[in-house]
Amino acid sequence: MSDPMRIRAQAQGEKTTVRVLVSHEMESGQRKDAAGKTVPAWFIQNISATHNGKTVMNAQWGPAVSKNPFLQFAFKGGKAGDKVAVSWVDNKGDKRTDEAVIS
Amino acid sequence: MERRHFLATSSGATALALAASAGLVPAHAQTAPAWNKAAFESKTLAEVVKAIGASGAPVESKDLVLQAPEIAENGSVVRVGAQSNIAGTTQLALVVEKNPSVLAALFDIPAGTDANVSTNLKMGQSSNVYALAKVGDKLFYAVKEVKVTLGGCGG
Repeated sequence: MSDPMRIRAQAQGEKTTVRVLVSHEMESGQRKDAAGKTVPAWFIQNISATHNGKTVMNAQWGPAVSKNPFLQFAFKGGKAGDKVAVSWVDNKGDKRTDEAVIS
Repeated sequence: MERRHFLATSSGATALALAASAGLVPAHAQTAPAWNKAAFESKTLAEVVKAIGASGAPVESKDLVLQAPEIAENGSVVRVGAQSNIAGTTQLALVVEKNPSVLAALFDIPAGTDANVSTNLKMGQSSNVYALAKVGDKLFYAVKEVKVTLGGCGG
């Protein structure tokens, strides 16, 4: 199982800035292990965020995104106390959803 | 191995489409239905442009700002951001020209969300980094060269 994401959502004026730190290996599929075998790619393919049920971000990632990925975006309409949910799916079908409260 | 060879010896998106329809693409790539496989397997910027459904060549724009360092000490973590001030931007893409697969990330921008995202990318070597913004079916781009002192791919 994967570790929880660290999500910070901050409302400032009408904008809410969300910063997400995901815990994921993001194996590129280019690396070789000690035995010379290629380590298979393992990475997050889709990551999306919702605010009150409305999608505010939807991204597709390739294996070129860094290990333990970082994502920052901003949307209009969030208030302090609202919840933002972020979920991802990787190429092995693993998924995880975490929530944060806007401050 | 066969597929790589096949891709290397053929050119253009038609080859990719053929490979995909012939089922030569590994099954794991199909787990997430919304994942744009053709785009992420592109080897050149032109292929990416085609795969994300834009018509015509991308146009350089000053309203699209690419935030990237001039020198990245560690290629495995390079903070790259894209901000589009063009009204009606629906998608942002980050492309690293010299990575094995050039497209690194593709962001959908729903209405109400700022066309301003940033994330960390891996870079195998010094390369041009492109930000693409999709407005309608047109593409705009911004480019910056990032020098990498320590590569982040392979090992």
